[in-house]
Amino acid sequence: MSGVALDLLLQAIPVGFVMFVVLNFGGLLTWVERKQSAIMQDRIGANRASIFGIRILGLLHPLADAVKMLTKEDFTPAHADRLMFKLAPFVSVFFGLAAFASIPFGDTLRILGREIQLQAVTLNVGILYVLAMISLGVYGLMMAGWASANNYALLGGQRAAALMISAEIAIGASIMGVVMVYGSLNMQDIARGQGQPLLPQYFGAWIPAWGLLTQPLAFVLFLTAGIASTKRIPFDTPEGESEIIGYFVEYSGMKFGMFAMADFLETVVIAGLTTALFLGGWQVPYLQPSGFVLPWGATLDLPHLVVVALQVVAFLTKVVVMIWFLMLVRWTLPRFRYDQAMRLGWLALFPLSILNILITAIVLLTVGKV
Amino acid sequence: MVRSYQTTNTPADPRHSSRLSLRQRFYVVEVLMGLALTAVHFFGNMWRHTLRVVFRVKSARGAVTIQYPDERRPYSPRLRSLHRLVRREDGSPRCVACMMCETVCPAHCIYIVATEHPNPDIEKVPERFDIDLGKCVFCGYCVEACPEDAIRMDTGILEFSAFDRRSMIYTKEALLALEPAGPNGAPTSPVPMPPLRRPS
Repeated sequence: MSGVALDLLLQAIPVGFVMFVVLNFGGLLTWVERKQSAIMQDRIGANRASIFGIRILGLLHPLADAVKMLTKEDFTPAHADRLMFKLAPFVSVFFGLAAFASIPFGDTLRILGREIQLQAVTLNVGILYVLAMISLGVYGLMMAGWASANNYALLGGQRAAALMISAEIAIGASIMGVVMVYGSLNMQDIARGQGQPLLPQYFGAWIPAWGLLTQPLAFVLFLTAGIASTKRIPFDTPEGESEIIGYFVEYSGMKFGMFAMADFLETVVIAGLTTALFLGGWQVPYLQPSGFVLPWGATLDLPHLVVVALQVVAFLTKVVVMIWFLMLVRWTLPRFRYDQAMRLGWLALFPLSILNILITAIVLLTVGKV
Repeated sequence: MVRSYQTTNTPADPRHSSRLSLRQRFYVVEVLMGLALTAVHFFGNMWRHTLRVVFRVKSARGAVTIQYPDERRPYSPRLRSLHRLVRREDGSPRCVACMMCETVCPAHCIYIVATEHPNPDIEKVPERFDIDLGKCVFCGYCVEACPEDAIRMDTGILEFSAFDRRSMIYTKEALLALEPAGPNGAPTSPVPMPPLRRPS
């Protein structure tokens, strides 16, 4: 095999892995949503879909959903803008998928004499890329709302745009604190920075400098704004099941399913982003590239592939925990009214993020870098 | 100046119970308390599910769901369910076709055709005894009106839907074949199921 072909093949590993993980998580989330909400509410949840009597805990329900969606009538309203109407769900799903590309899920993988960064796209401005993709996702909603030729859909699209602006500003401003602490826009650098010890002059090597510890306020603000950007309850004003059906009111069949899918993909993206920025990314506590280096001086050397595998597993575990938490929030909190969501975004999240930048700057000047 | 009672017990009053406290208005603490509550439910139920499925502890129930029709909650013995006609020892109906039930029925869903009974001690016997369950309101008046205790509503059967109205008419033979429910209220005779597809 020639060198270029091998390079391409090896580069395809992280891309394929990200696509596989994100798409499967997105599909499984319909099952997680049903089952987790059921268990939280002392119910059992959907468990009846079966193939030859095999139910496997209701895991076949996403499959049944897909069959149902694909075989339903795909209706286009008479006055709809046909191109926009058909394009909107694809735009929505595409940016949901693309946003995960620069989130690192492991350290550098050395294999066959080559070094592969375990992220689909190695970007120096990875954070900006993710923010851009999350923001662009709202275009699908606005297109859907505009093209449907339905006033409720238009209201939903307009609300989606308003909510996205107010959430996006808080996301960007709260991430600035993280960028200041770790001094890079490259998400791989930020993940590496979170493996450094926190304030070694006080704590030695005991506490890793995860973003959760260095930026607690930013964590809360980012998580709130992130939940808002997934457009799910408690910030489901664009959808507003109980008032306006929202931007996808005119959609049916798999196009409707793609909007639901986009919401789940954004949940995965926010979980991945939170993990990468605040929960140490792929870092396992005390795991260095050579193996475990425990704070009291003991070491346990591990082969390179084992270390990388541990990192990937750690990243996926953290993402799963974050998804669990986002689902917990979605099934616990009542929804905000439109004006309440706006007030929270502009009068609480945004000023507090600016305050967080200020505090971070002062602390960095007095204490010094982590 | 005397304060009128209205100013102290309205939402305008800062001490009124509908006013949110500062902690509630701050929102974060309340959110965390709510999340803690649902998380406790989640983990408690997961633990009980695990006990039940993995360790086979039958008493551990992670959900309050009764998985009808696999599981049924016990019915009350007073439940008025599908009618049945009580049989004599020789298998013939105890009914003497006195028309009391047909007369008292507020929905006019009972249709009786009387005929002579072969036994001269018994005056009459129904030749036809049809109940249109599509009309029946399950008031139980027929059971109360019957002087012979010949009709009862104790089969425990509640599932008798059908694809057309004709299938909802239960004849004498069908009603005679039904048995009373068991001590737990569960039906003992087979539920009379209509054909799965509408006859074309």
